[in-house]
Amino acid sequence: MSNSHYGIYGGQYVAETLMPTLFELESVYQREIQSPSFKEELEELLKNYVGRQTPLYYAKRLTHHCGGARIYLKREDLNHTGAHKINNAIGQALLAKKMGKKRLIAETGAGMHGVATATAAALLGLDCKVFMGAIDIERQKPNVERMEILGAQICSVTTGSQTLKDAMNEAIRVWTASAADTFYVIGTVAGPHPYPKIVKEFQSVIGREARRQCLEQTGKLPKEVIACVGGGSNAMGIFAGFENDSSVKLTGVEAGGQGISTGQHAASICGGRVGVLHGCKTYLLQDDEGQILDTFSISAGLDYPGVGPEHSFFADTGKAHYAVINDKGAVEAFFLLSRLEGIIPALESSHALAYAIQFASKYSNEDIVLVNLSGRGDKDINSVKDFMLKNNKK
Amino acid sequence: MKERIKDIFETCKQEKRAALIVFQSCGFPDLSASEAMIESAIISGADIIELGVPFSDPMADGVVIQKASQIALQKGVCFQDILDMAERIRKKHPKTGLILFSYFNILLNYGLKKLTAKLADIGIDGILAVDIPYEEKEELDIFCKEQHLHLIPLVSPATPLERAATIVSRASGFIYCVAVCGVTGARSSLPPELKEWVEKLKSITELPLAVGFGVSSGEMAHQISDFADAVVVGSAALKPFFDSVPFEVCLRKSSDLICELRKEVNQKKTV
Repeated sequence: MSNSHYGIYGGQYVAETLMPTLFELESVYQREIQSPSFKEELEELLKNYVGRQTPLYYAKRLTHHCGGARIYLKREDLNHTGAHKINNAIGQALLAKKMGKKRLIAETGAGMHGVATATAAALLGLDCKVFMGAIDIERQKPNVERMEILGAQICSVTTGSQTLKDAMNEAIRVWTASAADTFYVIGTVAGPHPYPKIVKEFQSVIGREARRQCLEQTGKLPKEVIACVGGGSNAMGIFAGFENDSSVKLTGVEAGGQGISTGQHAASICGGRVGVLHGCKTYLLQDDEGQILDTFSISAGLDYPGVGPEHSFFADTGKAHYAVINDKGAVEAFFLLSRLEGIIPALESSHALAYAIQFASKYSNEDIVLVNLSGRGDKDINSVKDFMLKNNKK
Repeated sequence: MKERIKDIFETCKQEKRAALIVFQSCGFPDLSASEAMIESAIISGADIIELGVPFSDPMADGVVIQKASQIALQKGVCFQDILDMAERIRKKHPKTGLILFSYFNILLNYGLKKLTAKLADIGIDGILAVDIPYEEKEELDIFCKEQHLHLIPLVSPATPLERAATIVSRASGFIYCVAVCGVTGARSSLPPELKEWVEKLKSITELPLAVGFGVSSGEMAHQISDFADAVVVGSAALKPFFDSVPFEVCLRKSSDLICELRKEVNQKKTV
C-alpha cells in the first residue's frame, strides 16, 4: 500500500495544477508534525484556547435507562466553538502559517467547520473565506452570523445541489486558482492525500485522551467505541486511540435519513458504491451513471455523499464496522440525552448515541461503551422543531 | 486508427498552422443540439473535438461548463447516448480527432476495461480525465495502452519542469498545457509568461503541445499558434448558447467564433 492510499482507497484525484501544492503541503506537514516547537504551540493552543482535555463523562442516568453497558461520553461538545472541528482547524491554520499563506478557505455544511476555521483565522491573523451552499446558508443562519462576526467572508454557492458537496467543489476551484497564497482547510478525513492523514492526526487527540481517561476512571478499555460518520473526522479521531486494541469494537454510525430503502439518506458506506469524488477514491452515493446523488439527513453535518477513504478501507477489512441510524432515531436520542443528562447533543452525535442506546443492553453492566459526543446541539434547535412539527409529535 | 492524432498534427505542420481543438459539452443544450454543434464545429474547421461528458461535480470547470453540464444532466443525457453520438460523428468524419473528456468517476463507473474497448471500437482516439494526475493514471492507462488509446496528460504552469518531463515521457498523442492556474473559462488575455513556458516544454518533448483554458478570441488563438501546436477553445464557444435567442442564431455565433479561430491559427508565423 502506498503512502497515499488505504488499500484501493484514497489517492490524489485532482487537477494537475493542485499536485505541486499537495506535495508542498505533505512536506511541510511531515516536517512540522515532528518538530517539538510545532507540537508545543499546538498543545498550548489546544489546552488554553480550545479548553482541552475534554472530559470523559459517565452518563449514569442514561445507562440506567438503557440497562446494560455503562455509557461514557467523550465531551467534544465542550470544546471552544462547540465541536471537535476546532482541533483540526487550529492544526491546519498553524500549518498554513508555516507555509506563509495569507488566507484560509474552507467548505462547510452545518457551519461548524466554517466557524472553527473562521475562529482559527481570527486567532492567527489570517484572512478567511468560507464556502457554503445557498440552501445550507438558509438552514444554518446562526452559524453564518457567527462566521461573519469572526471576520470571515461567506461565499454562497448556488451551483449543483447548493449544499456541502457543491461548497467543496467551489472551494477546490478557488483553491486551484489561488493556491500560491491560499490554504484550503478541509474539515474532514476526505479530500486528496495528504488531507485524510493530516485531519486524522489532528483529531487523534480525541482518541488518545479518551483511552487514557477510560483506563484512569474504570481500569479497563471499552468494549465498543461509537461515533457518527459523515465524512468521518470525529470517528477517525476517536478510533485512532483504539486502533491497536483488538478487543475494542469500533463502530461508525451513518445517517439513514428516512431509511436506506427510501433512497433519502446519507449513508455512503452502508448504501453506496466505490467511486472518486473530491480527490479521493471511496464509497459514494451515486446513480447508475456515476453522477453524485443528493443526500438527505436531518443533520446537515452528515449530509455528504462520500466518506473518508480510510473508513472505506476499515469497512472492507472489518477493522471497524458501520451501521445506520435514521432521522427519527437520532431525534429520539437528542431528547433522551437532553432530558436524562442535561446535555443537548448535536444531531450528528445523536446518531452515535441512538446506536449506543439501541445496543447497550446486549452488554453486561461491567462493560463500557464509549460514545463520541462530537458537538453540542444548540445549532440544531430549529431542525428538531421542524422535524417534530412535520412528524406531528409533541 | 492509432495514427489519427499524429496525422492531424503532421498535416497542420505541412500547412504551417496550429491545430484547432474544440470542446463540446455533450447533451447541452440537449443531445441533438450538441450533435449539431459538433457537426458545425467540424465544418467550421475544428481538427479535434473534445467530447465533454457531463459530471454532476465538475470541480475543474468554470461557470460556463458547470452550467452546461448541469443542463445536460437535467435533460437526462446518459453516457450511452453520448457514445452512440460519438459513433455517428466518427462515421461521418473519419479524419477528425475525437477525445473523450470527463471526470474519472464517470469512466470508473462504466468500467475501465469495458469503456476503453468500447471507445477503441467506436474509433475514439483518446481520453482526457481532468482529475487523473500522473500519480493516479496507471489503473486507466493500462487499459488505454491495451486499446491503443491516448491518455492525454495535462501540465500546468504550477508543474515544475522536472515533473513535466516525467509526465510527458510517458505520454502519447499530445500534451494539454493549461494556460492558467485555475478552472476552465473564457478570459480576456493570455498570461504574459505563457510563451516562455511553452517554449520550455518544447525542449522536453517531441509531442505536440496544445494550449487551452481561457481562449476566447481570434487574437488569443493567433498569439498561441505562434508558439504552440494547437489551440483549445471550450467555454467561449459554448457561451453563445446561453443567450435567449433561437438555437440557429446561437449556433451561427458559435461557429463564427470557431471560423475566426481557425482563420487565426492558420496565420502561424514561425514553423
